[in-house]
Amino acid sequence: MHHNSMTQQNRLQTGGRINRSRPLSFKYNGTSYPGFEGDTLASALLANGVDVVGRSFKYSRPRGIIAAGADEPNAVLQLGATEATQVPNVRATQQELFDGLVSTSTNGWPSTDNDMMSYIGKVGGRMMPPGFYYKTFMYPQSLWDTYEKFIRKAAGLGRSPVENDPDIYDQLNQHTDVMVVGAGPAGLSAALSAGRTGARVILADEQAEFGGMLLHSDEKINGKPAAEWVASVTKELRAMDNVMLLPRSTVNGYHDHNFLTIHERRTDHLADLAPKGQVRQRMHRVRAGWVVLATGAIERPLVYGNNDVPGCMLASAVSTYIKRYAVVPGNELVVMTTSDRGYKSAFDWQDAGRKVVAIVDTRAEPSGACVVEAQKRGLKVIKGSAVIEVKGSKRVSGAVIASIDASGNKVTGNVRRLSCDTVASAGGWSPAVHLSCHAGSRPDWRDDIQAFVPGKTVQKQLTAGAVNGSYSLVVCLEEGARRGVLAAANAGFGDQSDELVEVALVDEVKEGPTMTLFHIPHTKSTSRAPKQFVDYQTDVTAAGIEVATREGYESIEHVKRYTAMGFGTDQGKLGNINGMAIAAKSMNKTIPETGTTIFRPNYTPITFGAIAGRNCGELFDPKRYSAMHRWHLENGAKFEDVGQWKRPWYFPQPGESMQDSLNRECKAVRDSAGILDASTLGKIDIQGKDAREFLGRVYSNAWAKLGVGKCRYGLMCGEDGMVFDDGVTACLADNHFVMTTTTGGAARVLEWLELYHQTEWPEMEVYFNTVTDHWSTLTISGPNSRKLLAELTDDIDLSKDSFKFMDWKAGTVAGVPARVFRISFTGELSFEVNVQANYGMYVWEKVFEVGAKYNLTPYGTETMHVLRAEKGFIIAGQDTDGSVTPIDLGMSWCVANKKPFSYIGKRGMAREDCVKENRKQLVGLKTKNPQLVIPEGSQAVADPKQPIPMTMLGHVTSSYYSACLNHSIAMGFVRGGLSRMGETVYYPQPDGSVIEAEVCSPIFLDPEGARQNV
Amino acid sequence: MFSIYCPYCEEHREEEEFHAKGQAHIPRPLDPDNCSDKEWGEYVYFRDNPRGLHHELWVHGTGCRKFFNITRDTQSYEIKETYKIGTQPRITAIHNQ
Amino acid sequence: MSELLMAEQEIQTPLHAQMNQLPGEGPRAESPLYHADLTSIANHGPVDGSVHLQELALLGHLVLRGSPQNESFVTGFAQVMGFALPGPMQSAETGDASVRWIAPDEWLLIVPGSEAFSLEKRLREVISGHYSIANVSGGQTVLVLAGRDAVNVLKKSTGYDLHDSNFPVGKVVTTTFAKASAVIRRIGPQKWELVVRRSFSDYLWLWLQDASAEYGLIVRG
Repeated sequence: MHHNSMTQQNRLQTGGRINRSRPLSFKYNGTSYPGFEGDTLASALLANGVDVVGRSFKYSRPRGIIAAGADEPNAVLQLGATEATQVPNVRATQQELFDGLVSTSTNGWPSTDNDMMSYIGKVGGRMMPPGFYYKTFMYPQSLWDTYEKFIRKAAGLGRSPVENDPDIYDQLNQHTDVMVVGAGPAGLSAALSAGRTGARVILADEQAEFGGMLLHSDEKINGKPAAEWVASVTKELRAMDNVMLLPRSTVNGYHDHNFLTIHERRTDHLADLAPKGQVRQRMHRVRAGWVVLATGAIERPLVYGNNDVPGCMLASAVSTYIKRYAVVPGNELVVMTTSDRGYKSAFDWQDAGRKVVAIVDTRAEPSGACVVEAQKRGLKVIKGSAVIEVKGSKRVSGAVIASIDASGNKVTGNVRRLSCDTVASAGGWSPAVHLSCHAGSRPDWRDDIQAFVPGKTVQKQLTAGAVNGSYSLVVCLEEGARRGVLAAANAGFGDQSDELVEVALVDEVKEGPTMTLFHIPHTKSTSRAPKQFVDYQTDVTAAGIEVATREGYESIEHVKRYTAMGFGTDQGKLGNINGMAIAAKSMNKTIPETGTTIFRPNYTPITFGAIAGRNCGELFDPKRYSAMHRWHLENGAKFEDVGQWKRPWYFPQPGESMQDSLNRECKAVRDSAGILDASTLGKIDIQGKDAREFLGRVYSNAWAKLGVGKCRYGLMCGEDGMVFDDGVTACLADNHFVMTTTTGGAARVLEWLELYHQTEWPEMEVYFNTVTDHWSTLTISGPNSRKLLAELTDDIDLSKDSFKFMDWKAGTVAGVPARVFRISFTGELSFEVNVQANYGMYVWEKVFEVGAKYNLTPYGTETMHVLRAEKGFIIAGQDTDGSVTPIDLGMSWCVANKKPFSYIGKRGMAREDCVKENRKQLVGLKTKNPQLVIPEGSQAVADPKQPIPMTMLGHVTSSYYSACLNHSIAMGFVRGGLSRMGETVYYPQPDGSVIEAEVCSPIFLDPEGARQNV
Repeated sequence: MFSIYCPYCEEHREEEEFHAKGQAHIPRPLDPDNCSDKEWGEYVYFRDNPRGLHHELWVHGTGCRKFFNITRDTQSYEIKETYKIGTQPRITAIHNQ
Repeated sequence: MSELLMAEQEIQTPLHAQMNQLPGEGPRAESPLYHADLTSIANHGPVDGSVHLQELALLGHLVLRGSPQNESFVTGFAQVMGFALPGPMQSAETGDASVRWIAPDEWLLIVPGSEAFSLEKRLREVISGHYSIANVSGGQTVLVLAGRDAVNVLKKSTGYDLHDSNFPVGKVVTTTFAKASAVIRRIGPQKWELVVRRSFSDYLWLWLQDASAEYGLIVRG
């Protein structure tokens, strides 16, 4: 279809809130169109006569714009002028127009006007009967994969960009006494009266301008046009320091304890890309004292045959387009209404100079002031009738009218066709109860207004205006003012006196009674009538809902899941209530008997950008560095993530593979000297007279006799007897210890100590403080480490007899005060030098200055792993998994059951299952082929020929190639392994091969400990 | 996102500063060595999971690092009270009575 | 050097190990943000902006633990420092020494770097009973964030309520900061002090640059 791109044939010459002096140009599906500042993308499309904006999800039917706000189900478009700025899932009704905006429809393939899917639409329909969503979960996984692909393609509610989004998104934490959601008449009143008390107030509204329905209203407040009242209230609010105004901000979530998430679109109305340096979208995370929900109401469409043909619209949306945007979305209008409300749209249409074909009133005897005016205007009113069906496919071409009975249950005759291109329906209002449901409150049904209103809640929440079922302007204004005062008073500001409540004067229009009607009858049965859509986004029809109830899905929550009603990105804003009414009617129940439905965050879709904020790229997660990190970078280290720490993994030289590098690093340590940055190990300073006793309670081994100047290795277990951390603790003074933990376990161990101290043994005099970041730890290891260190200190006696294994001494290293621990995780002579971290880099560099002659080699965590595995030392978290006791690890030497206090883990270790003979135990594994390295995680079996499922005996936890031993080494669990020494176990591999290994001691190198005892 | 009153900092703080540590009021048996396997299993592994009021142990991890107890409705997520270790709740969960 | 140190080791109490962890002249100290070269940025970087950042590097940080019921702890502190330990969420300062309430039994004392050891010694001389002092000077650093939009940068970084009514000058809070944590103290109407851990300092430096970009960040030397 080709459009004249220059006319805006549906634009009025005067009126509306658009700025005709600021013409804009935008693209939709490759065609350029004009619009004006103040337009939404939807109003501009309608101005240009664009009827079809998408194809439906299941039946691929052409769809047009129905609504004018967040409730729009069809005009869900893809935005973006470049690949990087693509934004899917934008409702054209909420997107402000800007010059150069590029939009495309998303459901159509290859185009919405001529959609190939429509030819196979029937296939789609057959493949996805009502209940598809529910039933597929019962199908095999493989079938679901097929369906999922199909759905994703067909649903096609946009696509993500494949390039990085260049814009900035962020989050701002806010606190307020009163949060007002919605800036219509009730919300503005509430914010004003709350603001005047001095309370902190935030007022948020999803639209660019405050005012809500007042922006297109003819009503007068205090004798002046409503828009003037909006302007003066907004001005007063803007002048208050205690009030924050957030236009273009959707309150998307109302979470527990009055926490709200607000999605503010700061530059989406300006251009494809945010102006340089500006934040495009911002998530406000608000903690509010009291909340006033003034979210208004959403008009319900009526459910009739072919009610999805472009040209079928909400009556209120028709008025909005005419009055606010100066756009008449058609030429010949038929209005169908169950109340006086629909008349207003006909008047607006007539005032715009276009033809009103008829007002079809479902009520037999309508009597309000509107009816009188319609007669005065010479409009044709057809009473006791309904539009039972429309004709047309890409645009309405006519409406089929019929008389209906007083209950609205059946067609009574007089079927005829009226020619028209637009059918507006007014089925009453559904209060926007969405936010009130987010924290679990179920809405209440009110028979008098035939609608759900916010239900009982534990939130500090008040409601005002249409969300409350109060639809008259004067009541909205007064309720808003009263709730604003009350919210502020509840939050501690002002009192609740009426003096603060300013009651506006509004001329009330007398309205006649409304008829309760949701589903328009047809001459045919629902299942045979033309499709009567309930939920446009998920293509749920009245017939589909009846099928669901026939199949026995009686709770509305089940009906929803069976039909997918409400599962679209609009969460069924238009369809849910109609769907519930249809389900209720087909089961001969009332709506409340059928059950209520609740809504969940988010109210409207939100971008991932706003959710992520600035927690992306480099700032996705903290990267923790030691004081020597710069050196590691400059010396080519490859890094490994250990928790949030970036630890040097290995230091490859030019041309080296990882294994080359590891081989060289390992040999350097065994032959001469290596150095490891061990600063990331957790360090906990422990002081107090009961420190020693406390250690005895949290470690499995004995601490009573550890002397000042000595260090000891300890295993920490849970109450279940399972190892969870390990490390060396040094006795600095009688009441003063420093504990080391694994790098990843530091925070957990400190909290563990505090937990027991605070909740079990508060009488013990001990304090724990983290000193992890305070000390830099340089581990110098290898036969030449003593000679090397001696060149850097003149006040520490490093001699074998004076500075024994597991001693520590204070002194200076390179002129910097240090605590030096003679402990070893490599099996070599080793010294751990601890200096205040501000000096870590200096000392590290000094060590290298004297280290060259010893071939001092920096090594990383991988070499550390190999070296310790050669010695059979475990790594907690790698060789343990929360299911192994010290005994399972072959570390019974580290268990002191004679301690007077029943330490943590002792009783757990003594449970029946833990003392069984045949538990999985940690052993060494030596492959028959010395060059084969068993992949970690490989499962051990006794008989490699046993048919699957094989009996698994355990798994490999650590496995490396040892350059020093010229063969592979491994540690792993084998059932009863400690008594299987010398036996062969087999490790079947995914490629069908089997690796044979001999069970051996995990100590592969220097079992006597001679190398460190020098 | 809860807003939690820390009885040590004496003010409400955001949930992200805290984390939950499970059911409160589960004291370590005074004589573990003389507990039966069943008794020890109950202590280590078994916890209530009520719908309604529940006493929970929490820690103000990114704050004062103190442990304290919360009486919370697991259905409405209302926090009825928070109280220091070593003190008793004023509002008591029925299943504990 | 070594003689000095040996002399200090001799005065160690038998119960707690104390060590002057600072060398004499010579060895180069690198604060946690040394690599960022804030001095050069201060001298040559942007001069327009409404957020100011300064690192107060290489100060002495002592964590004091003790019960307010331990009279010796409370009076000993006041005797040595010349001011009292502050109550919950409060701070106190005199001259270049300042102390922050961290927990009911924990305070953070910050003094010039060279005074940490002698102050610890003096405190240990006068305090008895159950208490602890831990020198954490190498493990953290102090950042001062100031300017008209400093509060907005903080609002992006922490969920704590920074409004005057909740966070007057002098108040202290230990809370989340981005995905790390910080001890935040308000030291002026538009001036805030952050105590952050060494290992997180580069992350927080990047964060603060990013969060203040829209306002303009000026680094102070």
